[in-house]
Amino acid sequence: MPALPLDDAGPYVAAAYLVFLALILTYVSIMASKLARIEREIGELSELVERRERASEEQRV
Amino acid sequence: MTFGRGLRALSIASAALITGAFALVFFYAPNDADQGFIQKIFYVHVPMAIVALCGFVAGGIYGIKHLRSGDRADDLRSYVAIHISLVLAVGVLVTGSIWARAAWGHWWVWDEPTLVSFLIVFLLYACYQPLRFSIEDPERQARYASVFAIVAGAFVPLNFMAVRMAESLTHPRVLSTTGGAMPGEMRLTFLVALVGMACLFATLWKYELASKSASIQLRSLKRRLAGDAGLAPLARSASPQRL
Repeated sequence: MPALPLDDAGPYVAAAYLVFLALILTYVSIMASKLARIEREIGELSELVERRERASEEQRV
Repeated sequence: MTFGRGLRALSIASAALITGAFALVFFYAPNDADQGFIQKIFYVHVPMAIVALCGFVAGGIYGIKHLRSGDRADDLRSYVAIHISLVLAVGVLVTGSIWARAAWGHWWVWDEPTLVSFLIVFLLYACYQPLRFSIEDPERQARYASVFAIVAGAFVPLNFMAVRMAESLTHPRVLSTTGGAMPGEMRLTFLVALVGMACLFATLWKYELASKSASIQLRSLKRRLAGDAGLAPLARSASPQRL
């Protein structure tokens, strides 16, 4: 087949590069949501540790 | 275990290389004499395919390491390498179809060995996760997944060689001993894109490993604080109970 003119080839090239960027962005956003969950769980864990420390101090008093 | 070491430097290098490669693609590399502007897809499609196939092989190598040492961290490395390679393989299939439509007038050509063989490799690895998560016992899961990764990883270079020996109908052979005569600008652009893609793979691999490692450590801490009875075991997760 003869080479496509720029007007016709442009959308295909743009689509291919956008697919690549979309894949990477989707992957990174999924990973970011997992990291947010880890951060939330660390917060819960810190709260749990604080509560335990308070309770043990109260017992000592 | 710290999987995140050097992640910041690697991320910056990946972003710089990918941006540089895209800049070279559109502002430096000349248009192909035969295909014209549409050939620009080559610089994202081929590096992605090469890195995805190398990632599958790396998954097999870590599978061997896991079976030899019994270290669950190697199983995790194998799992993550295959996972990211699968993501890239989806990109290869989609960008390849777009290129095929523009260059040949068809989204897919069933009698072309290169296309069909890549689809077979993709479908083979698409079975990896269902196989893995169908096994409840974490030790058995890791062992079976490693065996799968090794067998499938050995299939990748064999498949590649078989395709190289087959007669190509429409898909060009780019990196052959006789046909790889790209002009210097195209070759440089391609090499930068390939190194950028490899760096991106390494970044995402370390990123996911670091995330999984943090998640495992967190779960282990929770278990210690709440007592073992407080949490359900990680039966169907790829993450080991501890690293």
